[in-house]
Amino acid sequence: MNRLPAPLGSRIDRSRPIRFSFEGKSFEGYEGDSIASALAASGQWVLSRSFKYHRPRGILSMTGADANALVQLPSEPNTAAERTPISEGLRVCAQNVNGSLERDRDAVMDRFGRFLPVGFYYRTFMGPRRDSWLKFWEPMIRRKAGLGVVDTKAPHRHFDKTNLHCDLLVVGAGPAGLSAAIAAAEAGADVILCDENPEIGGSLSYGRYDPAVLFGLTSRLEALPNLRLLTGTVCNGWYEDNWLPLIEGDRLHRTRAREVILATGAIEQPAVFRNNDLPGIMLSGAAQRLIRHYGVRPGQSAVVLAANDDGYRTALDLLDAGVSVVELVDPRSAGEAGPLEAELRGRSVAIRKDATIEVAEGRAGNRHLARVRIGGSWIACDLLTVSIGQTPAWQLPCQAGGKVGYDAGTQMMTITLPQGPVHLAGAVAGTDELQDAIASGPRAAATALSRLGHAATVEPPVTPKAARPRYVQKIVADPKGRDFVDFDEDLQVKDLQNATKDGYREIELVKRFTTVGMGPSQGRHSALATARIVAEATGRTVGEIGITTARPPVGPETLGVLAGHQEVLERRTALHARHIALNAAMKPVGAWWRPYYYGDANSAQEAIREEILAVRQGVGLLDVSTLGKLEIRGPDAGEFLDRLYTMAHANQPVGRVRYCLMLNEMGSVIDDGVAYRIAEDQFYVTATTGAVARVYADMLFWNAEWRLKVDVLNLTGAFSGLNVTGPKARMVLQALDSDIDFSRDAFPYLSGRDGMVAGVPVRVMRIGFTGELSYELHCPSSLAPSLWDAVMAAGRPHGLRPYGLEASRILRLEKGHILIGQDTDAITTPDELGFGWAVSKKKPFFVGKRSIEMRARLGQTRKLVGLKFPAGSRNIPGESCLVLRGGAPVGQITSIGYSPSLEAHIALAYVHVDDQAEGSRVTVKCRDGELLEAPVVAHAFFDPTNARQEM
Amino acid sequence: MKLLTCPMNGPRNIDEFQSFGPVRARPDPNGTADREWSRHLFRAENRKGIVVEWWRHVPSNYFFLAERDLVSNEIIRTFDASQLRERA
Repeated sequence: MNRLPAPLGSRIDRSRPIRFSFEGKSFEGYEGDSIASALAASGQWVLSRSFKYHRPRGILSMTGADANALVQLPSEPNTAAERTPISEGLRVCAQNVNGSLERDRDAVMDRFGRFLPVGFYYRTFMGPRRDSWLKFWEPMIRRKAGLGVVDTKAPHRHFDKTNLHCDLLVVGAGPAGLSAAIAAAEAGADVILCDENPEIGGSLSYGRYDPAVLFGLTSRLEALPNLRLLTGTVCNGWYEDNWLPLIEGDRLHRTRAREVILATGAIEQPAVFRNNDLPGIMLSGAAQRLIRHYGVRPGQSAVVLAANDDGYRTALDLLDAGVSVVELVDPRSAGEAGPLEAELRGRSVAIRKDATIEVAEGRAGNRHLARVRIGGSWIACDLLTVSIGQTPAWQLPCQAGGKVGYDAGTQMMTITLPQGPVHLAGAVAGTDELQDAIASGPRAAATALSRLGHAATVEPPVTPKAARPRYVQKIVADPKGRDFVDFDEDLQVKDLQNATKDGYREIELVKRFTTVGMGPSQGRHSALATARIVAEATGRTVGEIGITTARPPVGPETLGVLAGHQEVLERRTALHARHIALNAAMKPVGAWWRPYYYGDANSAQEAIREEILAVRQGVGLLDVSTLGKLEIRGPDAGEFLDRLYTMAHANQPVGRVRYCLMLNEMGSVIDDGVAYRIAEDQFYVTATTGAVARVYADMLFWNAEWRLKVDVLNLTGAFSGLNVTGPKARMVLQALDSDIDFSRDAFPYLSGRDGMVAGVPVRVMRIGFTGELSYELHCPSSLAPSLWDAVMAAGRPHGLRPYGLEASRILRLEKGHILIGQDTDAITTPDELGFGWAVSKKKPFFVGKRSIEMRARLGQTRKLVGLKFPAGSRNIPGESCLVLRGGAPVGQITSIGYSPSLEAHIALAYVHVDDQAEGSRVTVKCRDGELLEAPVVAHAFFDPTNARQEM
Repeated sequence: MKLLTCPMNGPRNIDEFQSFGPVRARPDPNGTADREWSRHLFRAENRKGIVVEWWRHVPSNYFFLAERDLVSNEIIRTFDASQLRERA
C-alpha cells in the first residue's frame, strides 16, 4: 500500500473503506478516493492504453482533463478516473483495449508506428474503390479505435435545471478567485463562486503553502451570507451577455451574471522527450494532489524535473512523503540559489543544473518508468515529476472574447480581454507568485464593483514582480520517436514537423491534418508545444502561430444534463376524459392527443369502418377542439381578412361562413379554414391545428406594418369544437333545448348562428368537411363536456356514434377535401389544387397575389387529382409513392386510404398537368417497385354534386 | 444566451423571441417587373452595418423593432413599431 498517514489525504475518510473492481480485479479504497487515487494507492498505475499505439498510460495531471485516465463504468463511458469518486461495488474497466489492459493484443501497434505516419488515414483509405472507406475501412477502424462503449439499456437518471442570477460570478476558487469573491461580497455584492473541485483553495489545497492562508480566506468566506459557494461545479462555457452554464453533477444551473471574474488558473505542461508517456511520469501538480488530497505516495524513488519554484516545492513534498529523491534536474543555467534550493541541499538532494531528461525507459512492455537518462548517464527511478511551465487556462476567456498572445520577453502565453463585464484574476492573468495571485483578486473585484455602481476604488494594475523570462524547452525530435506532444492522439514531434513539411503551416490546418488537440483533453497539454513546433518549423514566432479556437463546452458534458427533465409536453382537449371513458385509442397529433378510433385494438379496422358508415348513414360526433380559433375584431376586420386571405371577406354578409385560403408571399398555399362573420366588426376564423400558432403570429406581423384597426385574439385553447355530422345531424340538434332554428331554410349551408344549446352558449357553423350535413358547435372549453353529454344523449335514439381521426381522414378523402401540409407542399399554388374558385379576381391586393399571377405566366406543371385503384388490386401504393410519366417522376401520392362507401382504395396525387382530365391513366410506382396504372377520377369521389352536405 | 430588451416586457432571454428579419421597403406589387419582384422575394441584403429588424416576443405575440449591429451583434436599441411610422 502506498498510503501516507493523516493529516495527508484531505479528501479521504479512512474510517470508511470501499471495495470496487478494476478490470475484474478487486481493490479497496476509502470514501472520497477517486478511481485513479484508489488504484494508485494499491500500486495500479496503468489506467488505459493509448489511442493509436496501445501504449500503457496512467496519471498525468490528476485534474480530470487527461485523455489517458478515461475509464468505462457499467452505464457510462469516458469517465474521468482522476475525478470520479469510487463507490461500493463499482465495476470499472479500461478503455481502448483489445483483450485486457495488462495484455493488449494491439500493443503490437507500437512497433508498426512507422507505417502509421501522420495523415495516414487520409492518404491510405481513399481506395481502391470509391466506397471503400464507408464499406470496408471505416467499420474496421472503428472496431480498433474509439473510446468507451455506450450502454443503451442504462437506467434513467434524474437530471434537472435551475436558473441563477447574481451581480458577480467568480469561476475558480483558488487563491485569486477566493480573494476576488470575498472582496466583492464584503462590499455588498451578490456573489456566486464556483469551482470544479470538491473543496475550495485550488493550489492552496494541494501545494506547499502555509495552511494559515487558506484558513484565513475560508473563515472570511464563511462569514458572508451573500456569497453562494458551488463546489463540485464546472463552468462549461461563456455565452453572450454573461450567460454561463454551471454543471453541478446532474444539475445544470443556467446562470446570468452582471459581471464575471475568471480565475481559472493555469495548466501545467508536460516535457517532450522519448517515452515521456510512461506511467510513473507525471506533472508535479499530480504528485502533490496525490499526496495532499488522497494521502497516496506517488512513488518510491523519484527524479524531479524542475524549471520553476513549484518543482522545488514538489521535491520537498516528496521528501516529506517518504519518497527518496534521487536527483533534481533544473534545465536552467546556474544562477543565485534561492531558499528552496538551499533547503533541498540541506536535505542532501543532488541538484543538477543546465541539464534535462533526454530519454526515459520503461519496464517490460513499457508498463512503468524504470530509468531516465540525464547528461548521458542513466538513473533508476519509478517516479519522474515534471514542472517546466504552464499555460493560462484560456478556454473560458477566449469564449468571452479574449485574445491569446505570446510575450516574447517573458516567454509566456498571454490573454487580453476587451473592456467589458468579464475580468481575469490570478494565474490565468499571468500571475506567478501566490501573493500576486491573492492581490489580483480584489483588484479584479474592484473593477467589477465599480461597473456595478458600488463605490470602489480601482487600483491600477501592478506588474507582477515575476517578470523574469520563463524556461522554454527546446523541442527536438528524437530520432527514435515516441516523444509525445499530444497524448490523446499519440502524436509525436516528427508528426507535427511532417505536417508543416506537407504544407500545413497554419495552426488550424495542422490541427485538422494531424488531429492535434482534438482529443478529450482538447489541447490542454499540447497547444503550447504545438505552437512552438510549428513556429520553429515555419520560421515564425509563437505569437504569430497562436492557438486554435476553443469553443464551448470547456469539458465533456452528459447529454442528460443538456436534456434535463424527460417530460414530453402534451395538450389535451377539454373532452379528453370523455374519450377515455368511451375506450378511445388516443394518438398524438403534434402536441395534441386525439381519439384515433373508439374501441379495442383487436377490432380497430371494424370500428373505423363502422364509424365511417355511421356518418354516411346516421350521425357522428367528432371532437374538433384542436382546430385553430382566432377572433378578429375592429372596424377594419373585413379589410384585414381581405388582405390576408384569397377570397373576399369585406363584403361577406353577417351570419355567413366563407372558406378562407392563405398564401405566403411566394404564392404558396400555407393554410385554410373558414371565416364566420358574427358582426360587421367581428369575425371568427378557424385555422389548421398545426398552423394556427404561425398564422396568429403572421397576422400580427402583417398588421405591425399595416396598422389596421383590428385586434386578433387566439381562442384555440379557450374554445372547444364539436362537429355533429351525418344525414340525421339536424334531428339530433332539433332534439336539444336551443334558441337556434336548425331548419334548412333558417340555417342554410355556409352560414353561422350564435345562441344557446342545452344551456351552453355556442357559435354554430354549417360547413362540410365530411361531405354530410354538418353543424360545427364551438363553445367555451369549460362547458364543452356538458355540451358533449347533451349531444350524446340527444343522439342516442338516432344511433349517434363518436368517431375518431382515422374515420375523419377517410371521410374527407372520399370528398377529395385537402389537408394543408399533407396534400400541399412548399410550392403548391391554388391552381395546382384546382382552387381557382377560391381566389378573388377583383381584389386589388392580397398576400401572394402578385406571385401567383407571375407563377401562372411561368406555366403550370402539375395538378392534384383523385385516383381510384381497381377493387382487388394486389398491390396498393403508399403515401409519397411516385407518379411517373414516360419513366420520369412528375408527382406523388399525398393521401391514400380504403373507402368503405366506394369499396375501393382512393388517393389524392399530383400528376402531370396534361393528365388531369377525368379518365386519363397514370402510372404509380409502388413501394416494392411494381408499376401500377390507375385512372384519374373526379376530385370528389363521393357525392360530387354536394347534395348531401347542403341538404 | 443573449438578452433582448422588449419595449413592453423588459430584458428577456433571446430564446423568448423570434426574428422576423430586417425592415424592408415593400415594392408596389402592381408596379414592379417580375425580375425585381423575384429579387424582393428571394434575395436578402446582408451588408455590414446597422439594420432595423422586426422581432416578436413569442409569449405575448408583441412585434417591435430592434436596431442591431451586424458585425458586433450588439443590439443598439429597441422600440415600438409606431415610432418607425413617426420617423418615416
